[in-house]
Amino acid sequence: MATPRTLFDKIWQSHLVDVQEDGSCLIYIDRHLVHEVTSPQAFEGLKLAGRKVRRPDLTLAVADHNVPTSDRSKGIADEESRIQVETLEKNVKDFGVPYFPVLDVRQGIVHIIGPEQGFTLPGMTIVCGDSHTATHGAFGSLAFGIGTSEVEHVLATQTLPQAPAKNMRITVEGKVPEGVTSKDVILAIIGKIGTAGGTGHVVEFAGEAIREMSMESRMTVCNMTIEGGARAGMIAPDETTFAYLKGRPMAPKGGEWELAVEYWKTLPSDEGARYDKEVVLKAEDIIPQVTWGTSPQDVVPVTGHTPDPAAESDPGKKASIERSLAYMGLAPNTPMTEVKIDKVFIGSCTNGRIEDIRAAAAIAKGRKVADSVYAMVVPGSGLVKEQAEQEGLDVILKEAGFDWREPGCSMCLAMNADKLEPGERCASTSNRNFQGRQGPGGRTHLVSPSMAAAAAVTGHLSDVRALAN
Amino acid sequence: MEKFTQLRGTAAPMDMINIDTDMIIPKQYLKTIKRTGLGKHAFAEMRYNEDGSEKPDFVLNKPQYRNAQVIVAEDNFGCGSSREHAPWALLDFGIKCVISTSFADIFYNNCFKNGILPIQVTHEQLRELMDDAGKGSNAVLEIDLENQTIGRPNGESVSFEIDPHRKHCLINGLDDIGQTLQQASKIDSFEEQRKAATPWA
Repeated sequence: MATPRTLFDKIWQSHLVDVQEDGSCLIYIDRHLVHEVTSPQAFEGLKLAGRKVRRPDLTLAVADHNVPTSDRSKGIADEESRIQVETLEKNVKDFGVPYFPVLDVRQGIVHIIGPEQGFTLPGMTIVCGDSHTATHGAFGSLAFGIGTSEVEHVLATQTLPQAPAKNMRITVEGKVPEGVTSKDVILAIIGKIGTAGGTGHVVEFAGEAIREMSMESRMTVCNMTIEGGARAGMIAPDETTFAYLKGRPMAPKGGEWELAVEYWKTLPSDEGARYDKEVVLKAEDIIPQVTWGTSPQDVVPVTGHTPDPAAESDPGKKASIERSLAYMGLAPNTPMTEVKIDKVFIGSCTNGRIEDIRAAAAIAKGRKVADSVYAMVVPGSGLVKEQAEQEGLDVILKEAGFDWREPGCSMCLAMNADKLEPGERCASTSNRNFQGRQGPGGRTHLVSPSMAAAAAVTGHLSDVRALAN
Repeated sequence: MEKFTQLRGTAAPMDMINIDTDMIIPKQYLKTIKRTGLGKHAFAEMRYNEDGSEKPDFVLNKPQYRNAQVIVAEDNFGCGSSREHAPWALLDFGIKCVISTSFADIFYNNCFKNGILPIQVTHEQLRELMDDAGKGSNAVLEIDLENQTIGRPNGESVSFEIDPHRKHCLINGLDDIGQTLQQASKIDSFEEQRKAATPWA
C-alpha cells in the first residue's frame, strides 16, 4: 500500500520539475500574483538580462499597497507612490501581464482578488512577493510569500528552487462559542505556538471548527499563518470550497469544472498521514482575543490584562515585555478593556472581505462611533465594496460615523496616506502589531472586525460579547 | 551575485528576539524601484530620532560598530514581511553575515539571493558570540564558509551547519535563474504533462 500522504505532500510531489542529486528541488508555479512594491526590481532584472515573462497567462498584477483610499480619479499625490504604481503599469504593458487598473472595479488587495476571481484554485502552487500569500492556502493550495529575486525567477521560468517543508497540523476541535471569530482562532493559535512556532513547516489547519468556517473565515486563518512562522497554511478543499469557486470568472467551466472537482476531492490528507509536529486546541476555550504588545504572539483574551515583567524569570523575555509595554504606553497588569483607543481600522487582506464588513456593520448598527475615535472601513476590493453597498452596509456604517473608503492595503502597513500619528492607538483588523507598522510611533492592537467595531463605539477595547444581541 | 567565501569583520550585538523586517527596513522606504541605496535607512526607527539625528545608544551608531559586517541577534531574526528590501538594506549598510539561533524562512531564503550568509547556531553558542560581539573594537569574527566555522576573538572556533546546495551557490556566486534556464526542456515537458492532467490549471 502507498504511504499515506498529506495535502502538502500531494501538491509538492505533483509540482516537482526536477530533483538534483543534492536533494534540491525545482517546483512548478501555477499562479503568480504581482504587486507594485516587490516587483519593480524583478522586472528591471528581466530587462537587463533580456528575458521575457515565461507565462504571462499564469500571472496577475494589481496595485494595492500604495493606492489612496480616498477618491482616486485624481491620481496619487505622493510622488514615490505614484512612480511605483506607474512603474508597475509600464512593466505589465512591456511584458504583457494581465493587470487590474486602479480604477477597475476588480482592483483590490492582491490576496482578496485572487480568490474572488477564481484565479486561486485548489491543488495549485501560488506565489506572490508578499508574505500574506499564505491566504490562498484556504483553498487547499500551496501558497507562500517570496522575495523579489524569487519573483524575478518565477517571471522568467515559472518555477522556483525550493527545499521541501516539514508537515505540521493544527487541529481546532469542537465548535467556537458565540462571538468568537476566525481571527480570534488564529490569534489564539499564534499565542500558543509563538511567532516562530511554524518555522520550516507548512501548516495544515484541521478540526471541526475549521471545517465549519466559511471560505472568508478560512482565508483569515491561513492569512496569518506567517505570523506563526510558517510560510504556508492550508485547509483541505471541500464542498464549501467548491461552492465558493463555482462560477468565478477565472474558475474552470463546464466539463473542466467537473474534472477539476473530481481531482480536488483527491487532495485531502490520507488517513494515517504523518505530521512532523501536531498542535491541538479546543475551540470552546477560545474567547475574543486582543494583542497588547508589538508581536502577534503578545496576545491575551479581551477579559485579560497586560503581563507583568516582574513575573517573568527569563531575562530575555522580561526585557522583551518591558520594551513592548513601554512602546505601547501601557502599565503592567492593565485590564485590556480599560485601554482607550484613538483610531479603528477595519480592512486588510486578513479582514477586508464581505463577511468582515457584515460583522462590523452588525455591531455598528444603531450605535455611534465614540467622539474621541476616528474609525475607517476599507473594503478589500472594488467588488467587496460594491457588494457591501448593495447590502446597505455602507449606509449602516456611515450612519454610525465610520469613514467608508476605497479599496487597498491602507493602514495595515501605512504605505499610502492612511497612517497613525506617533503615540496614537488603534484597534485594527490587520495582521501585524510591529513597532511603527501603522505609522512611526503608532500603537496597534490586533482584533477581529466585530471587536474593532465594538472598540469604535465604546472608545476603548471591549468584549464584543457584551454588545452583541 | 558576489561570492561569499571568507569574512573577517566586526560583529555588532543586537540582543533582541523577533527582529522583524519592519524594523530592518520600515515601509516608508519600500517605495523605491531600485535595489541599492537602502543602507542609510536600515533600522531607521531604532537608529534615528524624528529630526533625523542619530540615536547615540543604537549599536550601529556607536563608533566601534559603524563598520560592522556581522550582526549577532537573538531568536527569529527577519520575521514578518517578505520584503527583500531587508537584506538589500543590510547589504548596502555593509552587513554580509547574520548570526542567530533561528531565522524566519522567507528572510533566510532572501539572504542567499543577495550574497548574505545567515548562520544558525545553538543558544549556548549564540550567548558566547553575543559576548564576543559586545567587546567593541575587539569584536572581530572570522567566518569561513568553506570550512563552516566562525573564528572567535579568543582563538576558539564554532562550527555551523548549512545546506550544501545553498553553500555551493554562495561560494560560487551563482545566479539561480541562469541555472534554472538550463533545465528549460524539463520545464517544457512538465508543462505539457500538466496541461494533459489538469487542463484547467
